[in-house]
Amino acid sequence: MAKLRGRGIAAINYPIGMNLGGDPSQALVHSNPTGKFTVALSSIDLGQGMKSVTRQICAETLGVPVEDVYVDTADSDTGPHCMGSFASRGTHRVGNAVMAAAQEARAVMMEAAAEELEVNAGDLVTDGKGNIHVKGAPHRSISTKDVAIAAQFKQGRTISGRGIFLVPLSAVNPETGEMSPATCYAHACLVAEVDVDDETGEVTMIRMDSAYELGRALNPKLVEQQLVGGAWMGLSHALFETPEPYYPEPIHGPRDFVEYIMPGPGDICPHDIAVLERPAADGPFGAKGPGEMCANPVLPAVANAIFNAVGVRVDELPITPEKVLRGIRAQGGARPQTRR
Amino acid sequence: MLELRKDIFADERDDNLNEVGKPTQRQDMLGHVTATSPYFNDHKLQGMLHLKVLRSAHHHARLRRIDVSEAERQPGVRRIIRGSDVPRNINTLLSLINFGKDDEPSLAVDKVRYKGEPIVAVVADSEREAFEALAKIKVEYEPLPTVFDVEEAMKAGAPVVNETYPKNTFTYHDIYDHQKLRFGDVERAFDQADHVLDERYQMSPIEHAPTETNGSIAAPETNGRYVVYTSTQALFFSLDTSAKILDIPSNKLHFIGGTVGGGFGGKVDTLTEPLAILGSMLTGRPVRYMLGREEEMQYGSPRGGERIYIKDAMSRDGRIMARKMRCIFDSGAYTRLSSYAVVKCAAHLPGPYTIPNVHADVYCVYTNRVPATAMRGFGVTAVDFAIECQMDKLAHLINMDPMEFRILNAYRDGDMKAHRREAKNTALIECVQVAAEKAKWTLSDTAKRASSRKNGGGNRASIPDSIRTPEPIAASYERPIPSASSFSQPIAPSPASMPQPMSSPPPAPAPASTSHGATRFSSVFGRRR
Repeated sequence: MAKLRGRGIAAINYPIGMNLGGDPSQALVHSNPTGKFTVALSSIDLGQGMKSVTRQICAETLGVPVEDVYVDTADSDTGPHCMGSFASRGTHRVGNAVMAAAQEARAVMMEAAAEELEVNAGDLVTDGKGNIHVKGAPHRSISTKDVAIAAQFKQGRTISGRGIFLVPLSAVNPETGEMSPATCYAHACLVAEVDVDDETGEVTMIRMDSAYELGRALNPKLVEQQLVGGAWMGLSHALFETPEPYYPEPIHGPRDFVEYIMPGPGDICPHDIAVLERPAADGPFGAKGPGEMCANPVLPAVANAIFNAVGVRVDELPITPEKVLRGIRAQGGARPQTRR
Repeated sequence: MLELRKDIFADERDDNLNEVGKPTQRQDMLGHVTATSPYFNDHKLQGMLHLKVLRSAHHHARLRRIDVSEAERQPGVRRIIRGSDVPRNINTLLSLINFGKDDEPSLAVDKVRYKGEPIVAVVADSEREAFEALAKIKVEYEPLPTVFDVEEAMKAGAPVVNETYPKNTFTYHDIYDHQKLRFGDVERAFDQADHVLDERYQMSPIEHAPTETNGSIAAPETNGRYVVYTSTQALFFSLDTSAKILDIPSNKLHFIGGTVGGGFGGKVDTLTEPLAILGSMLTGRPVRYMLGREEEMQYGSPRGGERIYIKDAMSRDGRIMARKMRCIFDSGAYTRLSSYAVVKCAAHLPGPYTIPNVHADVYCVYTNRVPATAMRGFGVTAVDFAIECQMDKLAHLINMDPMEFRILNAYRDGDMKAHRREAKNTALIECVQVAAEKAKWTLSDTAKRASSRKNGGGNRASIPDSIRTPEPIAASYERPIPSASSFSQPIAPSPASMPQPMSSPPPAPAPASTSHGATRFSSVFGRRR
């Protein structure tokens, strides 16, 4: 009777946005009379940080501090159409729509500033701190607040912009499956290390090491939260969760979190993550999106680690202690593989 | 712990940015950590009523009689809603993008197709009174034969789950019961292979298990409009679905979402909004319909089960020569979104590897269980599990390091994918290299030197001719197969698919014809209305 250690790996990619495209999102950006901007979306922030990444994208594009931008979401009377928060599409689709809207608003802002400074708009730059000045001549400057006041009360301009992002819908060939499913893909590789108890079949996570390629980490803290949480969800899927433990028999349906088993704080293990950024040609600042994919490599990596530890292949999810133990017994005991 | 590897792909990025790339605190953080962020259920409206549904006690049964007379007389009951009260009591979610046929009622009428299917709704002054009234409703069922296994459901003579799809399979392109993926000639590769590995994988359903269960509150606004506070993940998707079912113009509805207590794909189905709004229309009062925890666990749609068969051909030096797959999605009793996941799955195959011969059939199958829906990694999670377990087995078969095995077979910039689009912006190899570094996993110098940006394309960019095998057509659709003469040519022998040294990755077979991919069809959307 022993706890046997094993390591397993998995490598994956993941498509960004709805399969085949055809999933538009819109954004509206406008300034109030004192140069503070509102982004109006109907998109939903599920907790993943949609408001934060679109806020940073808008601020970067306008050339103003992030504090000068507020993102308003989830009202069908004020926010223009968005397909929804799913399919890892928030950062890519909504981010691009916000970027387009911010570009249009910025162009008006620069025209208004040019009129006040009596120069060409093309000669102006933003300093990212709330000022617009002549390129190479920082003293010939005007604040975005003064530009907004002038635009509203003197020039009669709206500093506002509209944006939409749409990947045109692809056809699918019925005979070959030829299609254009996605414009960019995120990537990952994960190494899982586990202990398997050959007496009980229980699997304990020891650690995870991973590398995720996401185009651009628009906000590294939000990326970290996604990757850490996503890996936990993948682990839960790999080892614990199902409402039908003897699928396809529809029996033992759980009714609450006592009967539906998930890992608790004691089941979490250290997770060392590296993030790679290979910008997508059509991503906002190259961003793809870490949303869904970060859970996926954990499942096979854990299965492969279990094989490495005890020589048992469990090809049916979830990998419960019962399945591991039956596998060990069927082969007459644990058969540890080459240590890696 | 998170490390940003700015050194990799640095030449492709401009990192000179002000706000992007900073770990700025989220705009809604303070509200979340002080428990003041508003959720839909925080709207306590004056005179608010509560809606609960009676759910089917059987997996499959004809409804002989529904008697609500006693329930109607219960204290606190304001309104009983039956299927006949729903203006358009049949819908399919993806009808909004013209994909699939309406197949699911809001409230069951003639029969129930899964255990837990809503039959009658009660609107009452309190949740307790609603539950007490539900207990007084008498339903006479005539149980019908059931089917729970996808492959049993696909057999001739299986019980018909959903009459809209009498073969228990969704219909693709008006003629097929599955989505195809064809690239090269797998059978020839199986004949030539040193190793063939044929395996079966199964993913059980799982729950989204959100902290906040599905729900919404609808209330009359002025001018005949209704405001709806909702937990939806897709505001306009839910708004347009509700407008269709209630047969009202979309601008009669004002949807307000906001903070969501966990979605993961489980809050796209618009499970509660149409009945909450209908309850409000019928009573003139605000109506709240929120699933309880047991309802969410048992009858809130889960991620569906998937069964996956993979057969691979491999050369003795570890090149995958062919991959043949059969993937079967368990959609439960109605389509919801599984039909979409099938096409996404086909697009994802054979995984992030360059394999010169690929053949896949992906099915959406109906069974007598709770309808499945989207969940994180929809259409991909289960096949990634299957493919990556298979990769581990293949490496083990030839005693090769599993990391090196993946680098050897990884797709690279310029390679042709099985759905006939060129790979670009790839980074699988670099992820494997960095993960190995993190885990202190020793790689050979060759594997360390490999790059997604080198040695791709060339003859790996070609599209091999596909052998055209006769395909069964769904019997209920008598249309001929569209002509595709370019697929009927015999393939040329492909010496390029023979083993090569590792430093130059496996090329795809040389193209025997340039007429590839010319046949285009109007749309994936099988049935336009």
